Amino acid sequence: MAEQQNLEARTEQQAPPPPGTRQDQADPAPPPHRSRRRFLTYLLAAPTLAVAAGLGPEGAAPAAAAGADGVVPTLPGPADLLDLGDVLILAGAPTAHLLVLTVGEDGTVTFRLPREEVGQGLTTAVAMLVAEELDVPLARVRVQLDDARPELLFNQFTASSNSIRSLYDPVRHTAAAARARLVAAAADRWGLKPGKLTTRDGAVVAPDGRTAPYGTLTAAAASRHLVTLTARPKPESAHTLVGTPTPRVDARAMVTGRQSYTLDLDVPGAKPCMVRRPPTVYGTVRAVNNEAAVRAMPGVLATVVIPTGVAVVAETFGQALDAKNALDVTWGPGTIDGYSDDGIRARLRSAVSFPPLPPPLTRHLDAEFDFAPVSHAPLETNAAVADVRADRATVWSGLKAPIVAQQTIAKELGLPVGKVTVHVVQAGGSFGRRLFFDAALEAAQVSKGCGRPVRLMWSRVDDMRHGRMRPATHHKIRVSYASGRVVALDHRVAAVETDVRHGLGEILTATGTKLPGGLGNAAFAQGLFHLTVKSPYHFGVTGQHLTEVPLRMPTASWRSVYSANTRGAEEMLIDELAARMGKDPVEFRRDFLKNSGQRAVLDKVAGEGAWGRPMPAGHAQGIGFHEEYKSRTACLVEIDATDPRHPRVTKAVIAADVGRAVNPRGLEAQLLGGLTDAISTTLTAGLHIDKGLPLEGSYSQFHYARQKDTPPDVRIFVMPATGEPGGAGELGVPAAVGAVGNAYARATGTRPRRFPVNFDVDFTPFPR
Amino acid sequence: MPSHSFTVNGRPVTVDAPDDLPLLWALRDLLGIRGPKYGCGIDVCKACTSHLDGEAVRPCVVPVAAAAGREVTTIEGLADGDRLHPVQEAWLEQDVAQCGYCQPGQIMAAVALLKRTRNPTDAELDAIANVCRCGTYFRIREAIRSAAEKMG
Repeated sequence: MAEQQNLEARTEQQAPPPPGTRQDQADPAPPPHRSRRRFLTYLLAAPTLAVAAGLGPEGAAPAAAAGADGVVPTLPGPADLLDLGDVLILAGAPTAHLLVLTVGEDGTVTFRLPREEVGQGLTTAVAMLVAEELDVPLARVRVQLDDARPELLFNQFTASSNSIRSLYDPVRHTAAAARARLVAAAADRWGLKPGKLTTRDGAVVAPDGRTAPYGTLTAAAASRHLVTLTARPKPESAHTLVGTPTPRVDARAMVTGRQSYTLDLDVPGAKPCMVRRPPTVYGTVRAVNNEAAVRAMPGVLATVVIPTGVAVVAETFGQALDAKNALDVTWGPGTIDGYSDDGIRARLRSAVSFPPLPPPLTRHLDAEFDFAPVSHAPLETNAAVADVRADRATVWSGLKAPIVAQQTIAKELGLPVGKVTVHVVQAGGSFGRRLFFDAALEAAQVSKGCGRPVRLMWSRVDDMRHGRMRPATHHKIRVSYASGRVVALDHRVAAVETDVRHGLGEILTATGTKLPGGLGNAAFAQGLFHLTVKSPYHFGVTGQHLTEVPLRMPTASWRSVYSANTRGAEEMLIDELAARMGKDPVEFRRDFLKNSGQRAVLDKVAGEGAWGRPMPAGHAQGIGFHEEYKSRTACLVEIDATDPRHPRVTKAVIAADVGRAVNPRGLEAQLLGGLTDAISTTLTAGLHIDKGLPLEGSYSQFHYARQKDTPPDVRIFVMPATGEPGGAGELGVPAAVGAVGNAYARATGTRPRRFPVNFDVDFTPFPR
Repeated sequence: MPSHSFTVNGRPVTVDAPDDLPLLWALRDLLGIRGPKYGCGIDVCKACTSHLDGEAVRPCVVPVAAAAGREVTTIEGLADGDRLHPVQEAWLEQDVAQCGYCQPGQIMAAVALLKRTRNPTDAELDAIANVCRCGTYFRIREAIRSAAEKMG
């Protein structure tokens, strides 16, 4: 059997190994420079080789609260001590052994990645880690998105900029274990000691020059009688690929049109399907008044009422769209029918108040900020393919939390979880959107209802109006200062509830978020807020608080979640505070940042971006800083706001220290994306809510930046590696929000408080 | 059902479809050509950008009947076998794509622009209105400039 000829390695958390397995090798002592996690490797099963590496968290060491001269130190906040990424790493650790790497007889190395690729470059970075550790050419490594595997529990959840943080060690240990087995197999074959052998270019090499390609060794390497040397990942100083700018592994497929997204898959018999949705969010279907007439339209195959609307199945999407538009439906009310922007803003503004008294003998600066809701608007709209049969179901979709999708769909269909296969498909963007599985659930409902496989697609209008959004927020911030020091920062955030009912990606925590008296969405959201939001400055007594207003809207975490607005607003207020205290914005940040690593990033952009250079009237520079996910970044932009209604960011200089960039080219891409997000949401992109529905229905109305709105000059600097990889996918947004807002304020001599700053309803909305 | 004959990427095809069926769905649903992507259906996002007789068009708003007797080129037809078009090569050099969904349209728009001029101005580059939600615009710009240089 082919399976038996493959070398398969796994990482393992549990120690000691399960009964009946042979402890092949043990390495309980932590490597000297890596105290946080320990690894054991051992053989799990034969004849397919499964090498396991155990992962023992020993607790995150809190950063010391070091006071600096001239500042009032801020004690570490929750996110300084243990952030969301740490929690997710701990939650995922017990199942790290289920990561599977296979070496085939053709020498191809396959790693099944229990995460989603949405453009963030994860498959490339993981392929690089595997190639590095195994000494195989990158082109010989395949990273496949794994199907939903409920046994992975919390370890199949793509969120919180945490994939590289959580996978960096387990992936390298898995690959190192495989490499040790291949070396041992070659040593057996040649009668040499494994320590004499090296690996290069996908082969084991003997001192006399003989080589054994991995593909010829996989069967022997899978033998349980093999004795191997301790498998430890390479020291990072020996990395030749990791840390080197590397193009995406899927770039060629993307530029030739061969990259397959959900609706590009050929699933036999699966017919196009679209859903007519209610005129207000979360409205319900009361009656379909012309079902027979619509079913008689050209190409229409079926109509199915589902909880979220009325589905039409047709021969082409063009016909499905025509039929969907022709449906006459009587709708029940939605969840926010009485609400428009003003009402929502009033709820938010009244939900939080400034603290009653500033600290004694201090001056203070109060500011209020408002941010509009923002659509995730990935270019690939919500989409799924489903084939539901009487006794089983198969679903394909872009899913960041596939386990909870599988469990929920199984429950909906009345099938055991094991009878529902959920394939994770690479997606056309997410930005948080694909934490939810709305399309997958609908496709399953429709397929069951009409008894045939369907390819379900949301229209753009629906995706923007009923798809999810970052909720509106309101901010009341007070900074108190005295004698050249900031003595307190009090930031109260009011936000429309962010839906986090995906939990940590599986059904238990997802259910927990739904319990009214239990954990609940609000409590879960509080946890997320405090595990992510923190201030990088010594601002004395620092408090950041979230109050959620429980308006039921289709929301979801949006890239950088609470930090984009919370930290973005703080970065803008800091410029005002600096002016009050008679300091330059860069100098001020330098003085109050907590450590030299942060200052190095700030200094980099100030230097490379020629901070303070003279600018013509109507032009200005702006700066912002952010630290999160064990990473830090600074952004300097230049803006041309000679026409304040049509400002353009003309240049951006960004520096980031993420501890260790696996792929600096990919990191730069993420920072570029964060910059574009910040330009968009700060200047032009938002949703207007009108009587229970967003008005915006396409990119002609939701003004996400285009080429003409973005800088023709962008310079990005990745700081040298200093430690373990931090998170990077969301990092770029808050600093750039601050930089763009500050540049606009300086260029126009205004103090913008509502974002986006140019936000007229400059279009005729589509019919409801 | 009316029948429409045209060529796609050099291959003659015939589809039976209503005259007003958007070409995008004729390509994707009837012919299985999935490079052009749906993003809006109203010529706003331009993700489906392809060429009709060498001119950039958005198949989401071109009725299939309008393609009759003409030559459609999608992203799949841009390369010459394994030899990529210089714009595709430039896209690889700059590692432009992130999620990749808009990139077939971006590339087809860039190719059409470079057909008109080998020395595009900033204003001409700014006029490319294709949406990239991942925000890769700067790399797109660099890639077009680099391709323009190589194409001389």
